[in-house]
Amino acid sequence: MARLTSRSPRWWRGVVGVLAGLYFLVPMAASILFTVNVPGQGFSLSAYTGILSASGFGQSLLLSLELAAATIVVVLGLLVPAVLAVRLSAPKLRPVLEIVCSLPLVIPSVALVAGYSDVLQWGPQYLSRTPLFETFVAVQNPGFPVVLVLGYSVMALPLAYRALDAGMRAVNVRTLMEAARSCGASRWRAVFQAVLPNLRGALLNAAFLTLALVLGEYTMGNLLGFRTFAVWIVAIGGEQAQLSVAVSVLSLLITWALLLVLAFAGRARSRTSRRSAVSVAPALIPQESA
Amino acid sequence: MTPKLTTRSGGGFLAAVPLLLFMAVAFGLPAVAILTGAFTTSANAPGGVHATLSNLTDSVHGAYLTALLGSVKLSALSALIATVLGVPLAQAVVTSRRQGLRDAVMSASGVLANFGGVPLAFAFVATLGNAGVLTTHLGLADHGWSLYSFWGLVLVYLYFLLPLMVLTIAPALEGLRAGWREAAQNNGATTLKYWLHVALPVLAPSLLGGYVLLFGSAFAAYATAAAMVGASVPLVTLQIANALSGNVLVGQGNVALALSLDMVVVAGLVMAVYIPLQRRSARWLD
Repeated sequence: MARLTSRSPRWWRGVVGVLAGLYFLVPMAASILFTVNVPGQGFSLSAYTGILSASGFGQSLLLSLELAAATIVVVLGLLVPAVLAVRLSAPKLRPVLEIVCSLPLVIPSVALVAGYSDVLQWGPQYLSRTPLFETFVAVQNPGFPVVLVLGYSVMALPLAYRALDAGMRAVNVRTLMEAARSCGASRWRAVFQAVLPNLRGALLNAAFLTLALVLGEYTMGNLLGFRTFAVWIVAIGGEQAQLSVAVSVLSLLITWALLLVLAFAGRARSRTSRRSAVSVAPALIPQESA
Repeated sequence: MTPKLTTRSGGGFLAAVPLLLFMAVAFGLPAVAILTGAFTTSANAPGGVHATLSNLTDSVHGAYLTALLGSVKLSALSALIATVLGVPLAQAVVTSRRQGLRDAVMSASGVLANFGGVPLAFAFVATLGNAGVLTTHLGLADHGWSLYSFWGLVLVYLYFLLPLMVLTIAPALEGLRAGWREAAQNNGATTLKYWLHVALPVLAPSLLGGYVLLFGSAFAAYATAAAMVGASVPLVTLQIANALSGNVLVGQGNVALALSLDMVVVAGLVMAVYIPLQRRSARWLD
């Protein structure tokens, strides 16, 4: 063994680590420096204190949070029954579910938005004399654009499905269900009081991933003309560069903290089995979310 | 028991119906819109709506072709760089003796790989943009540096592509058995020879799968580029956005849908290559 260690020098590990550390930390550090160093004034926290009073901040953040809440409800409401059914009684449905939940990966978000924007024009073009037209107007209400909830749910589906599916793998849903049933619980009671509490981690995971996706989402909000949080950040960047960088830094740090907590929680639970320790990877599918 | 199971399975299918209905509307309608729109003229085109191939031919000519090729070039190059740099990084992580460090890096990768977009673009603008901290302090502008260029985008894309590579390749690297290396060394192989003749061939499906995944991720990226370079680098996502915002000749709005169809074809190819490769490496890892 001693020979092996001397043959494979350890120094390269240090070099790789330092270079990677520099690459990933310098932009964050420089951004923070950029926001606190006001030209001609020196150190100042005004970019951060100004966030709350910046026009549009509260409104756009609130809109994005509301959209996120609605998206989480829709995604979990649709996915949980389907995923549970696959585990409990309809295993044949599994490939169907897998394909349906992977479909959004084939349409990049810009292309999906192009499709949505075309569909939204059908309203005025073909349906202006029908009651459906009202629906088209309603889903685009700038106060709460339902159409964004639809699009975000589609985008979040692959991510949420992987998270739920990975969580279910760790819990034997069928045994839980049968145990609860044989203790006399009704089917609904078994689901709500035995199965779902045991899936808390997976549900939270799916919800947080969806939250992070919606909060950072720029493409659809921008191209359909709604003022979501990310759209506001870009808009304000034109006039107040420091403020927009300060908001960016904060939102990155908050999202990362949130997701790190999740990732660590997931890891701590699955520490015992090495195979599931890497299950974070398939749960995270490439979509530059924002 | 049997009758009960049958009723249950009926309920099972019912539980998936809302999801399927939702997808038929929220995913199916825009998908149909892309497909039909790509092959018909826009509603405001002279002569009304009729079937045509001109959207698709336009989408692979002139400025649109430049954008399509620009996207392919940017994605291919940044994915390649991320693959080449990601493997040693992942190897350093998985062979680290400190479990805590490994966990931290893997978790951080999971986070970084997914959430770039606008905040990431602004972080880089603050660092290496025209008034960025590093640009001004190191006088990079005098050396011809500009973040708002092809290579600037590559540098930023690596920020989410590298962690994605680490995530995809780490399980495969963990699967390399120490015994293989020892066997190679006992037969007189150098480290280089071990990697060339043993490790890399074994890793090839995972590497290729990872590369394709990275390519797809970079290809679909829009927000980072839009927030950072505006339109100074030709990319297909920026062109679609441009066309959607009405910056096209009257009656050519459906070019956006044709470009979208081009993207869907590329993304579909990516998945068609990735899924079998991923299955293959997953089977080998078990």
